[in-house]
Amino acid sequence: MSPDEDRKPSGVRPSLFLERQSYRRRRLSDAARLMPFLGAALLAIPLLWSDGQGTQEGVSLSSAIFYIFTCWAVMIVASLVFGFAARRMAGHDESEPETDRWQR
Amino acid sequence: MATLNILILVCLGYVVLLFGVAFAADRMAAAGRGAWLRSPLVYTLSLSIYCTAWTFYGAVGNAARSGLEFVTIYLGPTLVMISWWWGLRKLVRVGRSQRVTSIADLISSRYGKSNTLAICVTILAVLGGTPYIALQLQSITLSFSIFAEADPTGLYREGSSVFWVATGLAVFAILFGTRNLDVNERHHGVVTAIALESVVKLFALLAVGAFVVWGIAGGVGPMMDRIDASEIGQWNVDAGRWTTFIFLSAAAFVCLPRMFQVMVVENADEGHLRTAAWAFPLYLLLMSLFVVPIAVVGLDLMPEGSNPDLFVLTVPLSQGNDWLAMLSFIGGFSSATSMVIVTAMALSTMVSNHVVMPIWLSTQEGSGSVSGDVRNVVLLARRVSIAVIMALGYYYYRLSGGGAALASIGFIAFAGVSQILPALVGGLFWRGATRTGALAGLTVGFLLWVYTLLLPGMDGVLMPETVLQNGPFGLGWLRPQALFGIEGMDPIVHTVMWSLSLNTIAFCIASLLSFPSPLERLQGAQFVNVYDHSVAPRGWSGSVAQSEDLMIMTQRILGAGPAQEFFQAEAEQQGGRSSLPEPTPAFLERLERELSGSVGAATAHAMIGQIVGGSSVSVEDLLAVADESAQLLEYSSQLEVKSAELTRTARQLREANAKLTQISEQKDSFLSQVSHELRTPMTSIRAFSEIMRDTEGLSGEEQTRYAAIIHDEALRLTRLLDDLLDLSVLESGRVNLNVGDDTLRSVLDRAVSSALAGSSRALTVRRSKTAERIPLQTDLDRLGQVFINLISNAKKYCDADEPVLTISAHDVGGQVVIDFADNGSGIPPEARSMVFEKFARVGVDKAGGAGLGLAICREIMQRLGGEITYLPGQGGAAFRVRLPMAYQQAAQ
Repeated sequence: MSPDEDRKPSGVRPSLFLERQSYRRRRLSDAARLMPFLGAALLAIPLLWSDGQGTQEGVSLSSAIFYIFTCWAVMIVASLVFGFAARRMAGHDESEPETDRWQR
Repeated sequence: MATLNILILVCLGYVVLLFGVAFAADRMAAAGRGAWLRSPLVYTLSLSIYCTAWTFYGAVGNAARSGLEFVTIYLGPTLVMISWWWGLRKLVRVGRSQRVTSIADLISSRYGKSNTLAICVTILAVLGGTPYIALQLQSITLSFSIFAEADPTGLYREGSSVFWVATGLAVFAILFGTRNLDVNERHHGVVTAIALESVVKLFALLAVGAFVVWGIAGGVGPMMDRIDASEIGQWNVDAGRWTTFIFLSAAAFVCLPRMFQVMVVENADEGHLRTAAWAFPLYLLLMSLFVVPIAVVGLDLMPEGSNPDLFVLTVPLSQGNDWLAMLSFIGGFSSATSMVIVTAMALSTMVSNHVVMPIWLSTQEGSGSVSGDVRNVVLLARRVSIAVIMALGYYYYRLSGGGAALASIGFIAFAGVSQILPALVGGLFWRGATRTGALAGLTVGFLLWVYTLLLPGMDGVLMPETVLQNGPFGLGWLRPQALFGIEGMDPIVHTVMWSLSLNTIAFCIASLLSFPSPLERLQGAQFVNVYDHSVAPRGWSGSVAQSEDLMIMTQRILGAGPAQEFFQAEAEQQGGRSSLPEPTPAFLERLERELSGSVGAATAHAMIGQIVGGSSVSVEDLLAVADESAQLLEYSSQLEVKSAELTRTARQLREANAKLTQISEQKDSFLSQVSHELRTPMTSIRAFSEIMRDTEGLSGEEQTRYAAIIHDEALRLTRLLDDLLDLSVLESGRVNLNVGDDTLRSVLDRAVSSALAGSSRALTVRRSKTAERIPLQTDLDRLGQVFINLISNAKKYCDADEPVLTISAHDVGGQVVIDFADNGSGIPPEARSMVFEKFARVGVDKAGGAGLGLAICREIMQRLGGEITYLPGQGGAAFRVRLPMAYQQAAQ
């Protein structure tokens, strides 16, 4: 949990349970944090493949292509879904400080 | 057959189109129209300058050589993009809130606006970027040469074409990259042109891919069979290279100056990341989708020894599909040009802001910022920087001879710029990261990179072969490609592992050991907790007279219009009627940020410092002020303590005063009582003496009686006065004690005999003579006086039929305790507290005592170091006398 999302206004004792909306939002950012680990784990799988130089039959390039591009597509779809969810959540919580007010 | 001339025509036409697009986009942005210019789609497409000619052509070549290894450089950025929520989002937020102009500016800003750091990063970026530019030039030249070979009629000279390509790119970058000093360094024209180029290169590669898969191989299924049957048909990627390259490309994706430029500096809205997070990986996926098929088909179709790096061009050409080859050429051309333009822009910003401007400013020292037009200086510096960088790239290309050595430049450059990563990530997520740490990490990483990768990669130009084989001075463990004797590693993996790990270690250790300056700590807090507070550190104060100077300077940097607009808006916001705003700290802070958008944080800080000059408030000053206020606080708490003390003293004084008043009242009442006591006997004396004087014929008996009364009253007066005198002497403490030795028994003997002498009433005194054999050292006469008083009181007031006084004495731990108890009715409880007071008398005055006896007794006992108390519960009146066996002076 990063401090910026869990911090409550000072002096207010944080309640133990959150309302459903902010609970969902936090789980969403948890998901965002997990995503790269999932991706890295998926991409680490090829490290286990045999390179075909020993006795074992190696992994054919077409299967390797299939695996890697499928993982890639999964990551893209996950990111897309997260992006939409984040946008929907952001609609409820547009409280970030306006920093560029004076810019133009 | 497409001739070289047509190709050149198409090329020029394409460039003209790009110019047109860039120009139109700039115009639209200036006119405030064209919201789509700042759409997430354009942002995503502009990110694709990550795919340079090296990836456009080189990916196929890489695939032809080592299979799927090429995807690593796309997978790294994909991982970075899908973790945008906690990575890039923060970077972009920091970049926007601090108005950074380049990655060097960001690092410098984070570590206390240190220009040294900025220069280090700039050098690193230029060193890594120049060969990269050379690589792009090479790819364009190579692709030209392919067409030249196919067209024997054309006059083609490699050298001059590179020169003209480099010149054209420099002109484009200068025209659109340095047109204006934008508030935020945004270049809509360039970004839009890049977006267009991204579409072109993707379309070109997809077209070639589709042609290969469906046109040559005959569908997806046969293509897959063909892939498996080819010489690269097996998964044979080295695990170390796979992991390292994914990591390296992820790091470079964030640290490359051109990526930072489009990702952070040109970012118009943080929300665009949300779209780019999935759209950019999708773009990368599409870019790499047909790479392996093209490589496999190229390996099949092309003769042995042909350059696999150019399969994208040669395969369509060999099939007679000239227009497709042309499209593919344009795609490669797009990749190369967009990369070169943005890199040149980003590097020139860094060079002009962190190298040229500080030097220029230091030469202007003293004359203030009013001399010379800063705006022109900055623009000129950038234009010259672009030209110089392009020239460097050109000469690097000529020096290296455009051979295969360039092919490895991509990863060398990646490894170089990745050295920024520890300082960048540490700066964003760790408040303890310091400038010293960043400098140490960068230096260690940079040196290791140069020593283990850059120099050995130059094919013995700058590093002799012997050093590579045996290490410097024959030190085997220092061999550039086998540090510490660890051999057999891939050179890139070796360099990345050693340089980045030692870089990180140096960064962490130096950060832990050093202490950051106040500005650094402030900036660190702002970077790490950017979501909490997106405001810059405050540090300026000035007077109204300086507003005009500031205005003049700002006009020179931002241009007259925007500067006036900015000052006007500020003045309105401050609510003043003047057209110039007050130079409040808040205003100066915003102005500094505004200027830093054009000339970099460190320079803007220095420029405002020159104008506001002596009254600039450094953070050290602020800390000094804080110290002073801490001292004031301490002083005021001391004052509070003293005031509390005064309050206490005043209360004590009030109490003392009240006591004095009480005593004064006591004295008054005492005086009135004394007068009353004196008047009573005086009245009877006067009355009887008048009777004796005025009454004729008094009998002798009567005369005797009256004279006896007068005598008695006079005696009583004398006794009263004696007592008063005695009491006053005792109370004032001026009494002289006559200390002697005797036993208690003899003192009591004398007291009893003198008290009972001439008594009409019978009082039985019970004593225990053996217990009274206690030696005493005290004023025996005074003690006797006390005893006499107590015995005569008992004689006078005991109302029993047969009055008995019991005197008992004890020796209690060095003290003598003597109890006098009679068998009368005693003293009523309510009067007990009063018996020792002056003029206190119990009941009717039987014996005409003045009521001073017990008061005198108490005073005497106090002088003797003892006490006399009423002893309740003895059946009658009982008094306890307690005194020390040996008189002590201290008892006084």
